[in-house]
Amino acid sequence: MGKFFAIVLVIIAVASAYPILAHHFPLPEDISTHGHLIDDQLNETMVEAGVSFVGAQLVLAAFLWSFTGRKPGSPLKNFPGGARILVVFAFVIVGLEVLALGVLGQKAWASVYFTAPSADALQVQAQAEQFAFYFRYPGPDGKFGQLHPEKIDEGNQNYFGLDPENDVAARDDIVSGELVIPVNKEIHLMMHGKDVGHSFYVRELRIQQDFMPGLDLAVHFTATKVGKYEIVCTQLCGLGHYNMKAYLNVMSQADYDNWLKQQSQ
Amino acid sequence: MSETSAQQAHVHAPPEGFLRKYVFSLDHKVIGKQYYALALVAVFTGMFLSWLMRIHMVWPNAKIPGLELLSKVGAPGGIMTPEYYLSLMTMHGTLMVFFVLTNAPFAAFGNYFLPIQIGAEDMAFPRFNMMSFWTTFVAWAVLMLAFVIPDGPPIAGWTEYTPLSAIGKDAGPGMEWGASLWGISIALFCVGSLLGALNFIATTLDLRAKGMTLMRMPLCTWAWFITSCIALLAFAVLLPACILLILDRHAGTSFFIPAGIVASDRLQPHSGGSPLLWQHLFWFFGHPEVYIAILPSMGIVSHILINSMRKPLLSAKVVIYSMMSIGFLSYMVWGHHMFLSGMNPMSGLAFSFPTLTITIPATILTLIWLGSLYGANIQINSASLFALGFISMFVAGGVSGFLLAQPSIDIYLHATYFVVGHFHMVMGVASLFGVFAGTYFWFPKMTGRFMNEGLGKLHFWITFIGTYCIFMPFHYLGLIGNVRRYQSFVDDYMAPYLGVHKFMTIAALITGAGQLIFLFNLIYSRFKGKPAPDNPWNATSLEWSIPSPPPWNNFGGKHPVVYHDPFQYGVKGSKGDFVMQDSPEQVPASGD
Repeated sequence: MGKFFAIVLVIIAVASAYPILAHHFPLPEDISTHGHLIDDQLNETMVEAGVSFVGAQLVLAAFLWSFTGRKPGSPLKNFPGGARILVVFAFVIVGLEVLALGVLGQKAWASVYFTAPSADALQVQAQAEQFAFYFRYPGPDGKFGQLHPEKIDEGNQNYFGLDPENDVAARDDIVSGELVIPVNKEIHLMMHGKDVGHSFYVRELRIQQDFMPGLDLAVHFTATKVGKYEIVCTQLCGLGHYNMKAYLNVMSQADYDNWLKQQSQ
Repeated sequence: MSETSAQQAHVHAPPEGFLRKYVFSLDHKVIGKQYYALALVAVFTGMFLSWLMRIHMVWPNAKIPGLELLSKVGAPGGIMTPEYYLSLMTMHGTLMVFFVLTNAPFAAFGNYFLPIQIGAEDMAFPRFNMMSFWTTFVAWAVLMLAFVIPDGPPIAGWTEYTPLSAIGKDAGPGMEWGASLWGISIALFCVGSLLGALNFIATTLDLRAKGMTLMRMPLCTWAWFITSCIALLAFAVLLPACILLILDRHAGTSFFIPAGIVASDRLQPHSGGSPLLWQHLFWFFGHPEVYIAILPSMGIVSHILINSMRKPLLSAKVVIYSMMSIGFLSYMVWGHHMFLSGMNPMSGLAFSFPTLTITIPATILTLIWLGSLYGANIQINSASLFALGFISMFVAGGVSGFLLAQPSIDIYLHATYFVVGHFHMVMGVASLFGVFAGTYFWFPKMTGRFMNEGLGKLHFWITFIGTYCIFMPFHYLGLIGNVRRYQSFVDDYMAPYLGVHKFMTIAALITGAGQLIFLFNLIYSRFKGKPAPDNPWNATSLEWSIPSPPPWNNFGGKHPVVYHDPFQYGVKGSKGDFVMQDSPEQVPASGD
């Protein structure tokens, strides 16, 4: 049965690696300026993970093939080099590898989180609530109105709790169920959680960030391709979590300007 | 304290009467079996829940016959509502992580075998031990009550993130009493685990027999000891966290709820709290918890492999130090569950380095197991098959950690099926393989009968192949961005991949059915299994020096004396190619 086990392991190793090597589950197209850093990191790490996985299964298979069902009285041998060489290998090779991954990987992380949005980034506020996303633009005055949670009125579509009667800045704020942005323009997305935890995830943008009620969080990114992309919630938020989504609509600058003008009317 | 008085301090009279013998027993062996029985009920419940989940994900509008009996509100006409899916998912995770993976490899086998393996008559505190089981049992009963109450179990996942879990019924169905029952249950579970951990530590340090130095303890004993140290700190943090959560829910406090929350059109009467605080407290417990789940299985697998290979591991010391390093590092990595939570992104980097570093002791262990197989004389039986399968599964589940440990890659993979595949393979499969291996190996000692070998091998092949079929595809789905905790997949980009989900569901149903073979084997063999001698595996550790099943006081009133470590295999002993720990015979100096 040891030899059978070895064969099964080889089949499992090959069958597991195949869908990756054959690109049956490709990453979605990258429409961001920073995404290639993440993709490169992911692909490099996949190679290391894959080699480790397949390698270990094949070594296990080889040893099971050779060292099961032996004739009684067969001599026992020890792995050449014993424990020491394996410990050295683990520290040096694996240690270097993980250090490299960690050090190299920080560049991709830094590009998302350690750079401030540029001064002329387009500001949009995203609000996550059970079970929808809403987006707010500051309007022609360039200023966001204040949020008043006690004034939130879903029935009258006052999702943000704006007070246009008393707050001048709120009067021209534009609220949309779609995140409409111009292509090739940096977006500064400010994130406000209305009730429980939610998360903002656009696969193609390579952006994911939790909304944390009580914290003012933000991400910034630049989309590089026109099109409609799904925004999905990835933080369990209640019974409608599976259906909580919106669309990121990346338009040309001209189309975006038109859209904005229409919203203001 | 003198050795004699230490060993006498906990001596108790032989049990009399049904209740003392079988129910409120002070005997660590009975308590170990009670934990095992509880874990068995929990694992089959959890598995049944996973069947319901997987069927629903693929056929969301299917009428599941009888489901309306479980919950009229959650599954009217047998069709599961989206919220009931989340309830079942929450209970699945809670049962499996706490009541199976903490109970079976650690509390069950540890309770049964740790005292015997160190030569003691019982645990240091038999009454604490009894209390720890019964507290755990009450915790389980409280949790199961959530199925019975009208509003049903909570829907916030086993992680119960706030504010969802803290604001009460405005958060959604199941979040009124269901979530409170969860909090009480887990708080009680923490108490039971703390008592158990204290017991294991005191016993290991104080009650070792003469000659049983720490370095002569079997590797599973070491694993239980290290796990207990981790558990003492981890559960000590989860317990107050659960209490604070219960206070937020019922006493109007705001530890975890900030101002301005509007849920179900109501401004919540809280302010000043931090949802991030819950995550920190939970994961400070939660990450060590997953090592609590795997370390005992690593110890059990090491123990069984040595016996099956008829040869020691390349270095027991390296294995012990690696397990200790894993335990130590496990406290430094909790933030890798929170890379995208809104905590300072600098922390993301800070947590990723120890997370990547844990790869080193994990690799050392894997290489030692693999390297020790070289030149061995591996005996194949049900126990060793699962021990060997553990190595395969641990690698399969572990390497996905290379990706998840890096915050930049986690931006893409967080909350996808990639994470779910990772933790199911290491916890749900690898750790469980340790439990299966231990069951087949120790069943003869615990009952005096063998489990059926043919059924055991069949169980192994169905499970080994089946779990690869179920959980490998989880990783592929994660790579395309399949989000987790969804009751069905309505997003456009998921349409081409629904067939993969069907494949996984069928694999899960078949593999699950295979576990019924194990259950049958357990029950049948208990009564009708082939009688087993005291040392059927020609093993060296102290549990094999006493009768099968052991007498109530383990060593029959004698105090064993230990002369060797438990790794004397491949040597010329009086009984064969091994020398038992309590045998005074000299071990001939071995060449290589």
